[in-house]
Amino acid sequence: MAKDADSTPRSSTVIRRHSWFTRLWHWINALCLLVLLMSGLQIFNAHPALYWGHASTFNAPFLSIGARRDAAGDPMGYVNIEGMEIPTTGVLGWSRVGNQMQPRAFPVWATLPGPQWLSLGRQWHFTAAWVFGVMLAVYLIYSIISRRRRRLIGVHHGEMGTFGHAVVEHAKFRFPRVRDYNIIQKLTYLLVLFGLLPLMVLTGLTMSPTMDAGWPWLPVVFGGHQSARTIHFLCAFTLVGFFIVHLVLVLVSGVFNNMRAMITGGYRVDEPVAPPRDAEAEAAAAPQENRHGE
Amino acid sequence: MANDNDRKRRPGDRPDARRRRVLGGLGALGATSLLSGCDWTQSQAVQNFLGHTEKLTQAAQRLVASREALAPEYDKSQIAPTFRPNGSINPQTPAYQQLVDSNFADYRLDFHGLVDNPMSFSLAELKAMPSRTQITRHDCVEGWSCIGQWTGVVLGHLLDRVQPKANARYVVFHCADHLYGSPQPYYESLDMIEARHPQTILAYGLNGGDLPVANGAPLRLRAERQLGYKMAKYVMHIELVENFAHIQGGHGGYWEDRGYDWWAGI
Repeated sequence: MAKDADSTPRSSTVIRRHSWFTRLWHWINALCLLVLLMSGLQIFNAHPALYWGHASTFNAPFLSIGARRDAAGDPMGYVNIEGMEIPTTGVLGWSRVGNQMQPRAFPVWATLPGPQWLSLGRQWHFTAAWVFGVMLAVYLIYSIISRRRRRLIGVHHGEMGTFGHAVVEHAKFRFPRVRDYNIIQKLTYLLVLFGLLPLMVLTGLTMSPTMDAGWPWLPVVFGGHQSARTIHFLCAFTLVGFFIVHLVLVLVSGVFNNMRAMITGGYRVDEPVAPPRDAEAEAAAAPQENRHGE
Repeated sequence: MANDNDRKRRPGDRPDARRRRVLGGLGALGATSLLSGCDWTQSQAVQNFLGHTEKLTQAAQRLVASREALAPEYDKSQIAPTFRPNGSINPQTPAYQQLVDSNFADYRLDFHGLVDNPMSFSLAELKAMPSRTQITRHDCVEGWSCIGQWTGVVLGHLLDRVQPKANARYVVFHCADHLYGSPQPYYESLDMIEARHPQTILAYGLNGGDLPVANGAPLRLRAERQLGYKMAKYVMHIELVENFAHIQGGHGGYWEDRGYDWWAGI
């Protein structure tokens, strides 16, 4: 609330930042992604190795998670990426299940359901995938046709020039409360909405043998069935990375204001919403403050 | 309840007796504890609810993939050196061992159930029929894939010979193997659309040679638009049915009886 003290109350106003549909989509989507991630890790645990190409090269995976005995003969967990081994005992490969340690790629607390149970993990995954996929398709269409969304996340002519300024502002953890997203926010949300999330759907569909028959271009586009599975996995963890950064920035850039914007839609910005009554006099008094967002 | 859950798991998987520990420190990941440790995510009601998705997926995939849509076929150079055997790799029953010893000379594939002409075929008769050879990708439900070249008789051709009755809706494959010591033999089922698909064959050859025992000799199903668990090995007899409620667990297959979806297109 220090921010509020810095600025004069009269120069700020609450605008409606997000429509009810954006807010509804955001929270349902968040829940879907959590279920999809955890049930996805459950499915991955059934064969914890990734490959490139059409089929599996069982003795040379691109990435694998497993358990083996170390030099002292004790069990250890590891992640192996292209032959480079990282010890991960306790979390990946070898972790606690109940009272004892067991070989397990992702640990019990990260998977849905907790116990190793592929069939139920698949059912959770596909149910959440239907909700996620349908909501995403509708939301992307909405994002394109809604003027509010276009203004909020659309990159306008000449706006890329503000990129350097935005980087500096972020580096200083300075987040002015303005109407529209800054260029970094816009590019990030565009990349996630129109890049990563559709990529998750398409690579997921490529793993279905019936889809590969119906849409034979799918495995071609991704360089094979196993490549699609690997890309699906890598994109999932890119989304986890996005989520962590997203959460940190929500916390440091005015958590109350941000949460309100995504719950009731109201967002306080540091500028008057309507022109002052004596517009000419005000404009003469403070012309330099009026450069953002109009 | 514990028994019920065990049935739904992969054999060999141990149920998790205790709650998981919440990951301390990382508040964001702590949210996972809402889901991973809770018994409600595994309750019968939740399983029943999630089970409805299968019908939606099946209907959608039938719209996207026409009856004739072919699974991708591959080049000879893409064939895996060894086709990974999975599930049973040797039925080990005395009756099956006898068949192996005689090089399947006494083997007969019986068709029964809702057919106008119940027939049986020797392996030599099957090999004399019109055959199809295809290099296809096998996708296991676990997530791995393997490419092999299969040669066999087109199932649709056999169905034309035995003449399914009008009310026959599923083709059930009864096998010789008892997977993981199951008291009843492995079985699987396809509907008429998948059964009559041009790439659905009963394969007796792999990579140019005879089908090895580890891969399902003398005869295994290839249903190339489905996951691996559908493709029954060691097929002994084939039954046409209106529904499969009367067969074993009543869900249409060994894995279906253990919680896996009957629709294995995804």
